[in-house]
Amino acid sequence: MNWIRLRYTKWFNILKDGLHRNNPIVVAVLGICSALAVTNRVDNAIAMGLGVTFVVMASSAVVSLIRNFIPSKVRMVTYMVIISAFVIAVQMFLEAFFPNIASALGAYVGLIITNCIVMGRAEAFAAKNPVRYTLVDGFASGMGYTLVLVVVSIVRELLATGSILGAPIMPETWPNWVVMSMAPGGFFVLGLLIWGIREWSKFYETN
Amino acid sequence: MNNLLELILASILNHNIALVYILGMCPLIAISTNVKNAKGMGLAVILVVTLTAIINWPIYQLLLATGTEKLALLVFIITIAAVVQLLEIFMEKFVPSMYNAFGIFLPLITVNCVVLAVSLFFVNREYTFGETAAFGFGSSVGWALAIILLAGIREKMAKISDLPKGLRGKGIVFIILGILALAFIGFTGLASI
Repeated sequence: MNWIRLRYTKWFNILKDGLHRNNPIVVAVLGICSALAVTNRVDNAIAMGLGVTFVVMASSAVVSLIRNFIPSKVRMVTYMVIISAFVIAVQMFLEAFFPNIASALGAYVGLIITNCIVMGRAEAFAAKNPVRYTLVDGFASGMGYTLVLVVVSIVRELLATGSILGAPIMPETWPNWVVMSMAPGGFFVLGLLIWGIREWSKFYETN
Repeated sequence: MNNLLELILASILNHNIALVYILGMCPLIAISTNVKNAKGMGLAVILVVTLTAIINWPIYQLLLATGTEKLALLVFIITIAAVVQLLEIFMEKFVPSMYNAFGIFLPLITVNCVVLAVSLFFVNREYTFGETAAFGFGSSVGWALAIILLAGIREKMAKISDLPKGLRGKGIVFIILGILALAFIGFTGLASI
């Protein structure tokens, strides 16, 4: 019976919000730049998703730790400095251990700083909540983001090259849809994905 | 000189920063519901991106000379925030008409990734000062072009189209952007970057 009670705890609801009800990409449409630019290959998408998850969790935790000492006038700049410190850490980590992925992602790793999800969670959640909840919230938002990235990248890589992570899936005669690995493919796949999910969850916009 | 003109042309059309490199999407989607706002945002971006690119280039040379280029990200972000803040104060004081026209868009630009991306790209591609200024100007004009095109289409579409419910709002924006991006990819080979 324990898991039934779990459904009504704050922990569980924060997790569900980030993954499903408030999914940063599909519902709130935040952090799209990196979501589209790096999803032409699955491994890039996973690296980017995990990088963002780490940055959201770490920066939210720090913001939440010092939330009572930040004067509200300079809070944005403070968040920026905290976030960029962690992004630099991610960048150096990738360069040291996964140089191939680092060179494929290029400038987009640095652009995690301006990813609205990170700033959004710091401002909307971490500035008001204790550390233990912000860690769950950061994890949930990061995972919701990673999930969408991986789904989009699977579709794009499959259609563009006929294989996923180097393993051929489609028959030999598959004509590669090269446009899928370029910008328009990303726009179309994400647009259709948003359409599908909104029809399914009955979340409509009025205009 | 020819080289710089080619760079400007390339960064407006076939290397368009919004539609080919997919940057600055959040404001592109949020502020493109009517053409008037899109114009204001586009102008503000042209101003800020060109200025920050010009300012960040000498700062990066300074970081290179002292061997601290790992901190470039942090320094760039602070410069951008400072430039935006200064520009806002300056405009409010000396050109209030301009401030009223697009002052509200300025704070939003700090989180526009086009600004940071232009600074990071000149580092990656090892541009000279002239090339950096040309690239910054061209990219921001390209971004402004994209947002104004998108706003024009959305404005017309809101009046006449009958879309499926789930596609309304953000969904259809991505489909429009996809078609626009296809059109811009048609410029491939026009100029090299």
